[in-house]
Amino acid sequence: MEDAGQLAIEARVAEQHRHHSHTQFFVVWGVLLVLTAIEVYLGYQNMEPKRMLSILMCLSIVKAALIIGYFMHMKYEVSRMKYLTMCSLVFCLAMMMVFFPDAFRILYLGVH
Amino acid sequence: MADAAVTHDVAVYEPSLFGTYSKKIGMWLFLLSDSLTFGALLYAYSYGRISIANWPTPFHSGSIVNATIMTAFLLTSSLTMVMAVSAAARGKESARVGWLLATMACGIGFIILHGREWTHLISEGLTLPIFPAVPGQDATSEFAGVSKTVPQFAATFFGLTGMHMLHVTLGVVYLGIIALRKKFIPILYACWLAAWLLTPSYSPFHYASHVLLVTALICTLILWLKPKVYDAADTEVAGLYWHFVDLVWMFIFPLVYLMSTKIL
Repeated sequence: MEDAGQLAIEARVAEQHRHHSHTQFFVVWGVLLVLTAIEVYLGYQNMEPKRMLSILMCLSIVKAALIIGYFMHMKYEVSRMKYLTMCSLVFCLAMMMVFFPDAFRILYLGVH
Repeated sequence: MADAAVTHDVAVYEPSLFGTYSKKIGMWLFLLSDSLTFGALLYAYSYGRISIANWPTPFHSGSIVNATIMTAFLLTSSLTMVMAVSAAARGKESARVGWLLATMACGIGFIILHGREWTHLISEGLTLPIFPAVPGQDATSEFAGVSKTVPQFAATFFGLTGMHMLHVTLGVVYLGIIALRKKFIPILYACWLAAWLLTPSYSPFHYASHVLLVTALICTLILWLKPKVYDAADTEVAGLYWHFVDLVWMFIFPLVYLMSTKIL
């Protein structure tokens, strides 16, 4: 049995999609390609790994935000959906960073 | 097998807490859990990259060009996917199918280029203990020593990119079902047979091709048990999955390839 509420929401979401301009998608796609080109350029600069990793990750986070916001439509979701999903994701991923100090310890102590 | 939509009775339940329909919330929950899987793999790779001083840098300019084209394929596929979602919302069925097929084409291009990259690395000696031995390979291969001196590199590289390639493959199948429904099933069996017969027995892809067989059997079962016409909401949910696959690659590409570039 289908829920009439669900069908109404699906119709409303489809209505939102009808109002999005295609130009916006092409602009986001162009920006993503430009950011990728910058990343490739940086890959060939003989930079210190930690500095390069920081720059590349910042660019990747910008690209991820564009994809989630525009292509995955998160920008147009209600605040509750936006903040609950994104905050929980960022929190869980940030918790994994607890292992990094150990990686540096191995590097500087020369333990393998 | 009937190829018509199954009609349902309609009832009214409580309004959605998140202002959207259940299928979409379900997909978001799946993607959040999948993010943690990829997050763990990316952290494992980064951990190795930081803690091992003699981390290999095997990616020549050829590999970087290959990976850049793969990235362009995925970014373009995300654009064609939003166009498919937009066409579905406007009720333009032929445009929806066309854009979905374009997205699949980009996905297949990505898989082929990635397969080529893997084959090159394996032929040069970068391998895992579970991979079959390549005939005629000797100790002079470029990466022959890497798998022994830094086994973490091959393990995290193949683990991370293999997991992503699996997701792209399943994404292409998902889009094929959303676009063509039961017409896609024989194509899927043909793809499995071609992949199995055309890859040499020492290639990991020879065994991995059976993923297509398992997927084809599951899709056959699903379409037989619940045949339906996929609407705008189904296309949007499939799009979320596809964009996620693209999103993950935006982290794999710089971390795995650009951080291990061989600068001459």
